[in-house]
Amino acid sequence: MVPTLAGVVLLVFFLFKFFGGDPAQILAGQVASQEQIDAIRRELGLDRPWHVQLGIFLREILTFDFGKSWMTREQVSSIFLTRLPATLTITIPILLLEVALALPIAMLVAYNRGTLLDRTVMAVCVAAMSISFLVYIIVGQYIFAFQLGWFPVQGWSDDFWRNLFTYAPLPIVLAALVGLAPQTRLYRSFFLDETKNDYVRTARAKGLSEPAILRKHVLRNAMVPVLTNVSLLIPGVFVGSFLLEIFFSIPGLGREIYLAVNRSDYPVIQAVTIYLSVLTMLINLAADVLYTYVDPRIQLR
Amino acid sequence: MAAVLDITPENAWLALWRRLREDRVGAVSLGIVVAYLAMIVFAAAGLLARGWSEEVGVPYANPAFVGERPNFEAQLAQRAREKRGAAVDLTDVDPLAPKYGEWQKRTAELKTTERERSTTLPWGGDRWGRDVLAKAIKGSQVSIAVGVVAALCATLIGTILGAFAGFYGRWVNDFLEWVYNVFTSIPSILLIFSLAAVLRSGAFADLFASGIWTVVIILSVTGWTGMYRLVRAEFMKHRSREYVLAAQAIGASAASRMFVHILPNVSHVILVQLSLLVVAFIKVEVILSFLGLGVPVDMVSWGTMLSEAQTELVIGKWWQLAAATVFMAVFLTAFSMLTDSLRDALDPKLR
Repeated sequence: MVPTLAGVVLLVFFLFKFFGGDPAQILAGQVASQEQIDAIRRELGLDRPWHVQLGIFLREILTFDFGKSWMTREQVSSIFLTRLPATLTITIPILLLEVALALPIAMLVAYNRGTLLDRTVMAVCVAAMSISFLVYIIVGQYIFAFQLGWFPVQGWSDDFWRNLFTYAPLPIVLAALVGLAPQTRLYRSFFLDETKNDYVRTARAKGLSEPAILRKHVLRNAMVPVLTNVSLLIPGVFVGSFLLEIFFSIPGLGREIYLAVNRSDYPVIQAVTIYLSVLTMLINLAADVLYTYVDPRIQLR
Repeated sequence: MAAVLDITPENAWLALWRRLREDRVGAVSLGIVVAYLAMIVFAAAGLLARGWSEEVGVPYANPAFVGERPNFEAQLAQRAREKRGAAVDLTDVDPLAPKYGEWQKRTAELKTTERERSTTLPWGGDRWGRDVLAKAIKGSQVSIAVGVVAALCATLIGTILGAFAGFYGRWVNDFLEWVYNVFTSIPSILLIFSLAAVLRSGAFADLFASGIWTVVIILSVTGWTGMYRLVRAEFMKHRSREYVLAAQAIGASAASRMFVHILPNVSHVILVQLSLLVVAFIKVEVILSFLGLGVPVDMVSWGTMLSEAQTELVIGKWWQLAAATVFMAVFLTAFSMLTDSLRDALDPKLR
């Protein structure tokens, strides 16, 4: 994990150092004298050799101090703390809803595999996945907010409960419905993989009913790949909702980093990238530990 | 006995073609994909949708199948054009007044022709009165081309790195695994955003400013990892098989064993993964173009069409949204179905 982390830091550093624009030029703007640019250069340590700059970068990471955003002069650490709650308010319900809906549907189609129901659901899933997420958001926002007025078109407040029950439901439902198709397809294949195993044949041979086999034997075994998949989805909880945040004007982390890209606000992008990569690694580690509880046969080396 | 031995194995690609034709869903999907490809070739050659950027209709011209419906936006534009009469005389206060004569002379040299604008277009018009159908065709060309080219680039990177890691093993494998881990531990959307930020404001911004290469680079740099993993696993499996050892025994070089002997035997895995990448990349390209991080403004893709459609829908002009959605959904559905059929046709277990 440590070498990987070092790799991530190096990748981000060199990406912005060699391919990115000159920070002093971006900071100073279009009309700046050479003295101003030089002053900014000195302030940021850009006149030092690159290994010293890498040292500065490392210190920033370790002390959680990336300084201020270039454009809004807001502390980068405060951007994290103030934007993350809004993002989590919509992404965590999305994740829970998706898994909770996809599991029973996948079980139902896996039970009826090969029948008309199975093939219809799968065809609908493929067609649903072929339409861009953008279209779902645009049309959903238009119908449910503009036309029917069931939800506010966009907005956010300071009150968590008001956000969760007034502003968040529409984006949550839209995203969960869109996520449903790929999840269902995936979980169905997990279930079908399991039903090929010997223990299923044994269970059938001893006369267990098909639903009981699915519920008692297949479900528990299929939880291993399901858990892997959920652990792959969890990192998306932090910025995965950027499109929803842009459409519904939700002041979250995803929208913030999109704005940072448009403003060439390097510190914000770098900080978010590095910290979320670390978080991703920690989540994967936690998932590995969790496996041993779900499946005692798996042992960590 | 001799008769049995005489049977020559069926050519693998011919067998694939035969199985694909037998699969009804696969055959139909293939037909649709080929039709799209023909459309793209015609569009690229300038035979189709050449004038997509010309303002051939009134603003928000109604689709022909809807017929005459009140079009307030077009009436407003018309009124504004008629009102544009004599400007207020500013000669006494305008510091640029001495230049008026020169400008008038220059204006006289240019000829403007007001072209006849039709009130209906086959699939409606957009805000400037451009033909939405032509835009959708041109947009298909750009979106599919970006997806396919980026998928080919990602496949190239993934295949070469995967081949080296799987074939040589040891420190080459360790090093490439490290690179793989680094790229996969960064959430892909953040890698995409970082690359977009760097490429639009960085040292190479001017180089890529016009054209689809920014998107292609972003997609292929972020998307090669899955291909790498698959190819690496296949090469590890194949490198000690008898046919590879036999090739080594007759003196085939490492490069020859990797790319002449092993590669054709794992090409079916690569082909399926490549098709999956095309679908995934087209979806990402659409989102990037929607956000303004994708294709440049003088081009049209399904993504830029959708970004215009968002505001149009609110005033009840739904046809651009419908056009982009239908063109994209039909292609991606057909392509996904084709990929599924391809996978089944290539699966040796199902033969």
